[in-house]
Amino acid sequence: MKKMKKSPVNILLYAFLGLWTAIQLFPLYWMLTFSLKDNNEIFGANVIGIPHVWRWENYTSVLTRGKVGTYFLNSVLVTGATIVLTSIVALMATYAMTRMIWKGRRLANNIVMLGLTVPIHTAILPIFIILRSLKMTNSYQALIVPYSAFALAMAIMICSSLMEGIPRELEEAAFIDGCSIYGIFWRIILPLMRPAIATISIFTYLQSWNELMFATIFISDSNYRTLTVGIQTLSGSYTTDWGPIGAALVVATFPTLIIYAFMSNKIQESLVIGAVKG
Amino acid sequence: MEKARSNVVAICLFMLPAAALFTVIIIVPIIMSSYYSLLDWDGITKGVFVGLENFVQLFKSKTAGFPKTLFNVSVLALLSVVIQLPLALFLAIVLGRGIKGEVFFLSVFFIPVLLSTTVIGQLWSKIYNPDYGILNVTLRALGLDHLTKVWLGDQKTALIAVFIPILWQYVGYHMLIMYAGIKSISPELREAARIDGATEGQLARYVTIPLLKPVLRTSIIFSVTGSLKAFDLIYILTNGGPAHASEVPSTLMVSMIFNRNRYGFGSAIAVMIIFLCFLVAIVLRKLMKTEEVV
Repeated sequence: MKKMKKSPVNILLYAFLGLWTAIQLFPLYWMLTFSLKDNNEIFGANVIGIPHVWRWENYTSVLTRGKVGTYFLNSVLVTGATIVLTSIVALMATYAMTRMIWKGRRLANNIVMLGLTVPIHTAILPIFIILRSLKMTNSYQALIVPYSAFALAMAIMICSSLMEGIPRELEEAAFIDGCSIYGIFWRIILPLMRPAIATISIFTYLQSWNELMFATIFISDSNYRTLTVGIQTLSGSYTTDWGPIGAALVVATFPTLIIYAFMSNKIQESLVIGAVKG
Repeated sequence: MEKARSNVVAICLFMLPAAALFTVIIIVPIIMSSYYSLLDWDGITKGVFVGLENFVQLFKSKTAGFPKTLFNVSVLALLSVVIQLPLALFLAIVLGRGIKGEVFFLSVFFIPVLLSTTVIGQLWSKIYNPDYGILNVTLRALGLDHLTKVWLGDQKTALIAVFIPILWQYVGYHMLIMYAGIKSISPELREAARIDGATEGQLARYVTIPLLKPVLRTSIIFSVTGSLKAFDLIYILTNGGPAHASEVPSTLMVSMIFNRNRYGFGSAIAVMIIFLCFLVAIVLRKLMKTEEVV
């Protein structure tokens, strides 16, 4: 590799990268600072600086007065359940589709590919009507089941590529030792699929933690509302008071940022795999 | 073992949950949407079968504004191909060379991709706020008062104001895909070109970009079909307004169905979105394949 020199080109390059960093991070920085300010500062006295007085009460106000705590727990619950459901269902289906012998395997594969291209939005009315007739709007499963279904195609793609790499001899050996097909799946395949589960979890987390459209339309009872919708309604009721809105935005964002801080490589890798497969 | 592998009971058990989820949430809804799109239906009374009337209305009705939404997403698709992707490619090439701080820049540029669109929407709506938003405040501070605008409420600026955050958010995503593509190009190839005296520009032009073609194709298909599906940020920032200025098919669909109870008409839009996504993906794949042969 050629050593980088302090040529004018390189200085320009770094200036550009620095500028782009600022453009990408500025909204985040602004969110963090205004979540700790009062309107007086946000609206004029100190628009983009560090807060003069650090108003943590914005956070206490939003976490206690509003229902942000509930929304947060709802998001955790919905996202967690979606991840678990998607992973289990995808692993089972992938095993049948890559390792077992049956007619219709190819058809199943094609249908999965179809699921990859169908935009989630276009199913909203039929799903809404199904949920309404089952009296299931305003429940956790109203979100968990559709989220899992739409995450499934990608999850199966991710699982397939990893499962292809597991040597068939492992299964054969277990079979000779008297292991049933279920035992093989449970004791041989599952433990080896951990990296795929991590990738699926990351994908599914981002998708369901951030989803807005289904969450807006299927849930009207604030007890089941997730964070994304909660923040939307909150900003409606706090229109004049920006500090607490900022605090709510930070609360919605920090889990993602913390996870990213610890696993940035794995997350980047996962999303690239998804793109290349998709 | 072969016998165990073709155990019908086991196959059914393994496939059942996935098949059920797919059928109920994806396949049945597509069929239902297609059927609803042929009805004149308000969701309450019984629907009346009207054949393809809804689709005719999509293109003929001036008040519904569907052609306008197609124009708007075309603008978005075009902007992402000519602004977002080249920017992403440039960043990927620069970082892919292995400069100091590579990992830092890569991680930072990727952050917006991870953030919830609700959060991003809220932030940008505050940036655009006519009274206290950063944008107008900055313009006033610079003495450029005449340039301040009600960005999201002005028919002239709403569309572009909504598109900027959408483009901004996903630069990092395309950058990362391209960066991974660049890293998978064998280093010897680039080294050889360097030894032959290629400049960084030539290296990008003649080695990196041609080898990156499959990745670039994926990126283009993603950004175009992604534009067709755009919803969240527009819904939060303007909900398609003012006066349809920033309307896209999915926001129009939601407001037709859930605000105006035009279930049949809304479903026709849904069917059009599915159709266009498939069509665009197929056409782009074909187009870019022939290009490669030449």
